[in-house]
Amino acid sequence: MTVHSAHPPGFAHQFEDMQQQREAGSLGMWVFLLTEIMFFGGLFAGYIIYRALYLPAFEIGSHLLEVQFGALNTAVLILSSLTMALAIHSAQVGKRRAQVWFLITTMILGAAFLAIKFTFEWHHDYVEHLVPGFGFIIRPEWGAAGQHVPMFFCFYFFMTGLHAIHMIIGIGLLTVLTVMAHRGRFAPEYYAPLEVSGLYWHFVDIIWIFLFPLLYLIGGRYIGGGH
Amino acid sequence: MSDHVVPVKLYIGIFVALLCLTALTTGVAYIDLGAFNTVAALAIAVVKMLLVVLFFMHVKYSGRLIQVFILAGVLFLAILVTFTLADELTRHWSPTPTGWGMIVPLLSRFF
Repeated sequence: MTVHSAHPPGFAHQFEDMQQQREAGSLGMWVFLLTEIMFFGGLFAGYIIYRALYLPAFEIGSHLLEVQFGALNTAVLILSSLTMALAIHSAQVGKRRAQVWFLITTMILGAAFLAIKFTFEWHHDYVEHLVPGFGFIIRPEWGAAGQHVPMFFCFYFFMTGLHAIHMIIGIGLLTVLTVMAHRGRFAPEYYAPLEVSGLYWHFVDIIWIFLFPLLYLIGGRYIGGGH
Repeated sequence: MSDHVVPVKLYIGIFVALLCLTALTTGVAYIDLGAFNTVAALAIAVVKMLLVVLFFMHVKYSGRLIQVFILAGVLFLAILVTFTLADELTRHWSPTPTGWGMIVPLLSRFF
């Protein structure tokens, strides 16, 4: 049996060394994220097929979303990914206070994303009768394509809703990490919880990077707000 | 995960690039490029994804095993989308529902 003269904090004995432990932890997280790709992938595949089948209805639906809020939220999420990466960087160079502040900033940005999504967008859609199952009104100016517009909004609410659930879970993870960072649990030799949670947070960001153009942009914005 | 410490300047550079690409994809959506609008939007999204995966998620500095796993995930997503589309878009012989009305007689057979 190998005797570890230097025993780094957080080292689990089944691993040869810290390098192997890190790789195993990251690989495990990536395997989970691959199942998440397939989880969201089902919705993306469904979206692609129904968009191909009912393109005019999807363009009408996309037009009804407010692109400035989608773009603003993209910027908010990208900034939160930066602060998450910087929190991990602070752990790597052993700055405890910076870790805590970057984690808190990431949480605030995540909450800001959800606040914009729920108050400015979802609430607005509800008032405008654009939520299927909650008094959706098919407008006469949509013409023959109108009957399929609720399909677009089903995809919109399920995709952004599933994404929002992931954001809420991410904020929960960040709360735990902030407490751990505050107690000085992370060191340059050991910061695995930060690293794998960071992978999750960036993954959720990537989902939004695809949702933004798919839902808000590729509905022929250049036509003008004629619908 | 790797021991490689990415410099803060590089992180900020990636962040600025991501913001510029977001502005670009929003701007391009307002220009009529025909079918190329969709291609441009998805191409920019893929570039943004690569920046996040390679630098924020440290995959550029990860071991080969993790990189191969990620490629496998992308491959399976491609199989899911391509094969579903190949089936759906070549099925001109199957009826497409014209509205939710036809669901009702279908359901009433069971309930």
